[in-house]
Amino acid sequence: MSAPLLELANVTVDFDGFKAINDLSLTIPAGSMTVVIGPNGAGKSTMCDAIIGRVRPSAGRVLLRGEEIQGAAEHAVVGKGICRKFQTPGVLVALSVIDNLIIAATTDRRWWKSLTRRPDEAAQARAEEILALVGLEGRRDALAGNLSHGEKQWLEIGMVVATDAELLLLDEPTAGMGAAESTQTAEIVKGLVGKHAVLVIDHDIDFVAQLGGRVVVLHQGQLLREGTLAEVRADAEVAAIYLGRA
Amino acid sequence: MLRTTSKPALPAKLLGALAALLLACVAPWLLSPYDLNLLARFLALSLTAMGLVLLWGEGGVLSLGQGVFFGIGGYALAMHLKLADLGPTELPDFMVWSGVTALPWWWAIFKSPVVAVAAVFIVAPIVAALFAWAIFRRRIGGVYFALITQALALAFATLLVSQQGKTGGFNGLTDYHTLFGFNLNRPATVLGLYYLTVLFVAAGAGGLLWLLGGRFGKMLRASRDGSNRLRFLGYDPAPYKVLAFTVAALLTSVSGALFTLHAGVVSPALVGVVPSIEMVIWVAIGGRESVAGAIIGALLVNFAKDKISTALPELWLYGLGLLFILVVTVLPRGIAGLFAEIAERRAEARKPASSSSQKETGQ
Repeated sequence: MSAPLLELANVTVDFDGFKAINDLSLTIPAGSMTVVIGPNGAGKSTMCDAIIGRVRPSAGRVLLRGEEIQGAAEHAVVGKGICRKFQTPGVLVALSVIDNLIIAATTDRRWWKSLTRRPDEAAQARAEEILALVGLEGRRDALAGNLSHGEKQWLEIGMVVATDAELLLLDEPTAGMGAAESTQTAEIVKGLVGKHAVLVIDHDIDFVAQLGGRVVVLHQGQLLREGTLAEVRADAEVAAIYLGRA
Repeated sequence: MLRTTSKPALPAKLLGALAALLLACVAPWLLSPYDLNLLARFLALSLTAMGLVLLWGEGGVLSLGQGVFFGIGGYALAMHLKLADLGPTELPDFMVWSGVTALPWWWAIFKSPVVAVAAVFIVAPIVAALFAWAIFRRRIGGVYFALITQALALAFATLLVSQQGKTGGFNGLTDYHTLFGFNLNRPATVLGLYYLTVLFVAAGAGGLLWLLGGRFGKMLRASRDGSNRLRFLGYDPAPYKVLAFTVAALLTSVSGALFTLHAGVVSPALVGVVPSIEMVIWVAIGGRESVAGAIIGALLVNFAKDKISTALPELWLYGLGLLFILVVTVLPRGIAGLFAEIAERRAEARKPASSSSQKETGQ
């Protein structure tokens, strides 16, 4: 059997003695949907940081298709096929929506390519596709800095998708969104599964329910439970630490 | 792609550029020789300002050390001018005064005009590229970068002053008469050099607009506003900043060489910390995101400096400080930003409410 798309093997991230991630093991199959939940400080974002190369695990291995990637530079990890959306929208404010997507969709990211005048037809076509996917056709030529908060979130989801990475990490894609916007976001994210493996971090249980898929509960840097939302919800320990208040 | 939004404004801008070029071409018949010399000097300075538009306005990298590159260009040409006046065994006057008996080899090579001109175009960009690569690779930016460049300007000026016998010390290099066999004092030469300067400014502006109008401009703006986002899209943002710094250094070096020709002098007083900060002020006042703004800022501030400091020498620095504060607080995008805003408001008034109808997509 071939290696899974992503595997965390006994990963520990140590911040001066505080173990934000403690001996965590997790596999993400290609084309799957995984939702990570857990209370504040459970290590959800740190796990993403470790996958994407923003922090270096003090122990354990991060394997992408069986290849160790811990310690690689961020932009190199993206080149291998992982792209992440951060909690706060990180769009390129001085550029138009479509230019944001074109930059994300460009596959040849060497700097001297920016000196040519020839448009990258493939990237442009892909950018137009993504524009429709995230429902921003009406805002195509608007400056990204002038978008509403929700629109910025969609644009950034679009940018992450446009990189065509096999694994997409979406860190709180509905942060700051209303119920209607959340529902629309869930539809967008569900449409990505299959072609991409998606790992979503979110607090909002309604949103998690809309997504479906496998739910992983983190607690104090460790994997507490894994299963469908219903199974996880029925778990007494999970309810005690997290879902009890929902 | 982006052109769709700016299309109506383009012919107006093109007309403005042509009008400015025409005005620059007929200026020799409109101005006194004194004022024409000033115009030539300040046009030369506007190349430095353009470099800062690329680096600071579009790249978000504030350099307080552009005087270094200005000095490299100015000194490279001045060394040749100094030697061109001398016989084969003679030494420059200041070397004789300092007791230097033999011409150092790195002076001697500047006897060749080809070496001097090549040095103007090559040395500053190479120095800049190596420096910027070392800095941006380590993700140093913002105020730290500004401070490092300021220290560089201080060190450069101090070095020039301290090496009296090799650099002319505090007085710099001055008193030269021929360039490529042409007498620098003849009116025809003066006119020719003026047009050469106009040509360089036009070429610099055109080249910069080309560079900024394409994908590089977008990537540079992207690295200014979202280095991290760019990194997580798989790009290394450093090379864009390195290239911007390098091109700015090239423009600034040419600027220094042309200025030296028109002013007849290059000295540490033109390359240190204070002049480097003044360069930033021209751009802040003219508009740091506009090539036209850079030219306007360089001309306006320097003409004002000349007129005001002749009449009231003590007042100029206060006036400049006041102007700077005024622009930063009231006109953050400078004079060019003011014009852009007026144009935007007019465009807005012409098509009421058409843009707001597009907004309802999500809800």
